This record gives sequence, C-alpha cells and structure tokens, in this order.
Amino acid sequence: MWRLKMILKSTKRRRKLRMRPWEALFGFVLMITILFPVYWMIITGVRPQTETFDSKPKLIPTITFEHYQEIIQEGSIIQGLINSILISTISTALALLLGVPAAYVLARWNFKRKSDLWFWIISNRFISPIAVVLPFFLIAINFNLVDTYWIMIIIYQTFAIPFVVWLAIDQFKAIPKEVDEAASVDGASIFKTFFRINLPIAIPGISVSAILVFVACWNELLFAQILTRSEAITGPVVALGYMSGYDIRWGPMMATSTLVVLPILLFAAILSKNLVRGLAMGAIK
Amino acid sequence: MSNRTPSLKRRKGRRKKAKLPISAKVMLLPSVITLFVIGIFPLLFAAWVSTRQYELSKPYEEKVFLGVQNYLTVLTDPEFWTALKITFTFFIIALPIQLFLGTLIASFVYGLKLPWFAAITRVVLVLPIAVTPTITGLLGRLLFNSDFGLINYGLSFFGRPPIQWLAEQKAALVAIIILDTWQWTPFVALVLLASLMVIPPHILEAGRLDGGTGWKIFRHMQLPYLLPGFTALLILRTADILKMYDTIYAFSKGGPGVATELITLYINRIGFGKVFNVGLGATQAILLLIICIVLSRTYIRLFYRDVEA
Repeated sequence: MWRLKMILKSTKRRRKLRMRPWEALFGFVLMITILFPVYWMIITGVRPQTETFDSKPKLIPTITFEHYQEIIQEGSIIQGLINSILISTISTALALLLGVPAAYVLARWNFKRKSDLWFWIISNRFISPIAVVLPFFLIAINFNLVDTYWIMIIIYQTFAIPFVVWLAIDQFKAIPKEVDEAASVDGASIFKTFFRINLPIAIPGISVSAILVFVACWNELLFAQILTRSEAITGPVVALGYMSGYDIRWGPMMATSTLVVLPILLFAAILSKNLVRGLAMGAIK
Repeated sequence: MSNRTPSLKRRKGRRKKAKLPISAKVMLLPSVITLFVIGIFPLLFAAWVSTRQYELSKPYEEKVFLGVQNYLTVLTDPEFWTALKITFTFFIIALPIQLFLGTLIASFVYGLKLPWFAAITRVVLVLPIAVTPTITGLLGRLLFNSDFGLINYGLSFFGRPPIQWLAEQKAALVAIIILDTWQWTPFVALVLLASLMVIPPHILEAGRLDGGTGWKIFRHMQLPYLLPGFTALLILRTADILKMYDTIYAFSKGGPGVATELITLYINRIGFGKVFNVGLGATQAILLLIICIVLSRTYIRLFYRDVEA
C-alpha cells in the first residue's frame, strides 16, 4: 500500500511538471496584457514622434534619445524626481518613527477606549484625500507653506501613519507575549524590551510596510497637484504637465513617465516576494 | 477559593486595561497627537469653512456666515448626485469584473506546477500595482487614442470602426474601467492567491480522492477559504473607488462633459477649479466624509468584529 502510494505520487509529480498547453496560453495572454502597455510607454519615449503617429504601429522602434535630451534640458523632471525622492523618503522615515512604537503599544496592551482608537486609526484609510487637502490648502496659504517640502511631508502623514500602524501591528502580534514577560522579569524596561527584543524580530515585516508607504508617497498626485507649484513639484505632477495644450508631445511625456515609473517598477520586481506577502497578508488578516 | 481566583483575575485584567504604563504612553501618544492635529483639526476648519460664503478668487470679500445654506445647495445640486451615481456605476461594473478575473488568475497561478513559471507570473502580477496611477492615465491616453492608439488598431482587425474613446460618454467610462481593471486585478489575484495558500494540502488531496472534479473542488473546498479575501477586497476597493482621482484626471479630466467625473474629481473641480468656491467644496468634502465614515463603520462592524479583541 505504502509503495503503491509512492509510485502514484512520483508518476503524478512527473506528469504535473510539464506545462499544459492551455496553461501556457493563459499565462502568455496574462503576461502580454500586463507587460505590453509598460513596453509601449518605454518605446514611445525612445522613438521619433512621427513613428508614434504611424497608422500601422511598429512593434520594434527606431531608437533615439532626443526626447530624453529635451526633458533633461527643460529640467523640471530632474527637479521633480529629486523632490519625489526626498519627500517620499522623509515622509516614510517620519511615519515609521511615529507609527512603529504606537503599533507595538496597540499590539501589547489593553486600555480604555483602545478599540475606538484602533478604529479611528484604520478608518483613515477610508478618508478621501479631497476632504483632507482642502483645509490643508487654506492653512498652507495662511502660513506661506504652499510649494514647500514641509506641507507635503506633513500631509503625507495623514495616510502614512495609519498605513504603518495597520501593517506593523501584525508584526508585533506575531511575537509571543511570553518574550516580553520574560524580559520584564529580568528587569528590562519597556523601551529596552521594545528596542532590543521586539524591534529586531519585527524589522523584516516593517521594512515591507516601509516600501509600501514609500511607493504610496511616490505615486501620490492630488496633494502634490494642489499644494506644489515649482519648488516642491513631484514626478507625477511634472508628467501630467505634458497633457496641456492641443499638441500633446507624446515622446517627452512618455520619456518623463518612464523616468517616474521605471525606478519603482524595478524596485517592486526585485522585492516582489516580500511585497506580495505584505500586501496580501495586510488585506486578508 | 476556586470561586475567587477567576474573579481576582478578571479584576486584575480590568485594572490592566484602564492604566497604561507611562513609557507605553510615550510610545503611543506622538502618533496619536500627530494624527489628531493633522486629521481632526483640518476637519474642524473645513466644517467652519462649509458654513461660509468663501471663494478664493475673491480674497477681499467678506466671508458671510451662511448656516446650512451651502449644504442645501449641494444636496439639491443635480451634479453632486450625478457624480455619486457615476461613482456607484463605476463600482458596480468594475468590482465584479475584477473579482471574477482575479479569482480566475489566482486559481491559475495556484495550479501552476512549474516553479519558474509560477515565480515569473507572481513577479509580473506585482508590477501594475507599482505603476503610478497618474502614468496609467497618461498611458491610457496613448493606447486609447482615436487616431493612432493601439486599441483602435487592434479593433480594426475585427472590422470595428475606430471608437472615439475620449469623446463618447459610454466609451470613456468603459476605458477608465479597463484602465482600473488593468491596474488592480493583479492585486485582487494576489490577495486571493494568498487566501488559497492557507488551505491545508490534505483537504484538497482528500477531495480529489473522493473523486471531486475541478469545479466541485473549487466550490466546496477553495471558495470558503476565499471568502475572507473577498470581504477584504470589497472594503479596500470601495475605499479606493471613493478616493479615485489620479488615473481619471490624467486620462479624461472627468470628461467628456461629466461622463467620467467620479465624486473626488467633482469636488476637486468645484473647490479648486475656475471658481475656487472653497465654501461649497468644503461642504461636499464633509458630505463625502460622512459617506466614507458610514460605509467604513458598516463594513468594519460587519466583517472585522474580531479586531476589538
């Protein structure tokens, strides 16, 4: 009986390892659907504009870097990318600094009105940015904060902190409470227990939430569009600028888009395994 | 004695609940205070603005107190209801499509046995999630272009005349649904895939030994595990669609006319468009906020009961 099972298993495994034709077809269609638009963006950025207007689109482009030269000479995309990097990095760091310790406390202690607090923090995910930005805009005008890093970093905390708390709570809940109890018997303070014991264990999970917050800041449009003009303008707003006027300059627009999207895309591809876990587990927990 | 122990424990538990050690407060309060200052204070400000006659284009005009006048204006404004209707239409069409395709993709990837093929598929599925939604909209403008766009070119092989994606109301709505589906179906698939991964293998094995076929195994063994994923996606996608702005703004700015003007775009136009009527914009923002809060309360009460434990 046992032998029979083994034989069955091994034949089954061998059979399964081959790709069935419908699987190959489905997988091919899926990948083309996902990847082709991205490919089209990249090649529209490197082909001459006349080729973009061809009535019979060519899959393989004639390559030229004129659009890249053009947008680099104009310079606003360089400024935009630098701003995006700085604003996203500082916002993420600040959100982690504030959110991670709070998540630890929420994961470990029970206190009065904790459920209200928890509920309030996660309902922030539901709040439309348009409801947040209007008062911020009026305040920014009165305090001369329009078009500064300050206002951008502050307004990004409205979604970054709740996001960090939401994802980091799970990381701390996964660490057994006994660890903390043992540490407190040994006379370790709460800070010490947090920094020396809990934080090192939770860091891999927290770094995933850090990446997700960074991507969210990088991709954000509405706040940046309303609160920045030129000094603190971010990548997506620069890309959007090419849409005005009757003659859309497709080449420069797609070259700019490529510069905004590609770094984050490579980032996501390299870290995809961790990201999948973070995204999916954050949703179904 | 045996009676006293549990009650003592309970009392101890309650005391622990009421008091938080000072160092724990030090760790908790900075983020709570920050969220309070940047979350609640602006809202109070918006509530104040919503009772005023307040147009940014007329900075020296007195901000007359109007009471609930702005609220009456918004609630009787057909455009506001149209925007809500379009948002709802978008939701009711896009979400089922995304859930269906997502389930299909998730069970496809789940069934893949070739390790490298499954790995590549997973990496590819992550990519659309990372694409800046603004760029998705711009890319949509390129692909849906009525003169030289690839979509119309593809349709020409099926003998279809070119569609004016940005000029026809229905076509524009279809286009933004396609864009949103392209971007978020992979996310749906990944969440559902994670739900499938927690099924203990012996359950499926048992199902197969009992002679279950594909559909039966899916219906009775996999579907129950997918349900938490579905509810989570329902919540997340509802929130996303109420917030939806970037892709549509870049693609059509809400046009043609107001055909693709979802609620956030509409409020943006009133509050920050030509008129800069901040008073009305604030009123609409507060009404939207009420919708968001009611929806999230309902959802969380329905599905996330255990978070309070």
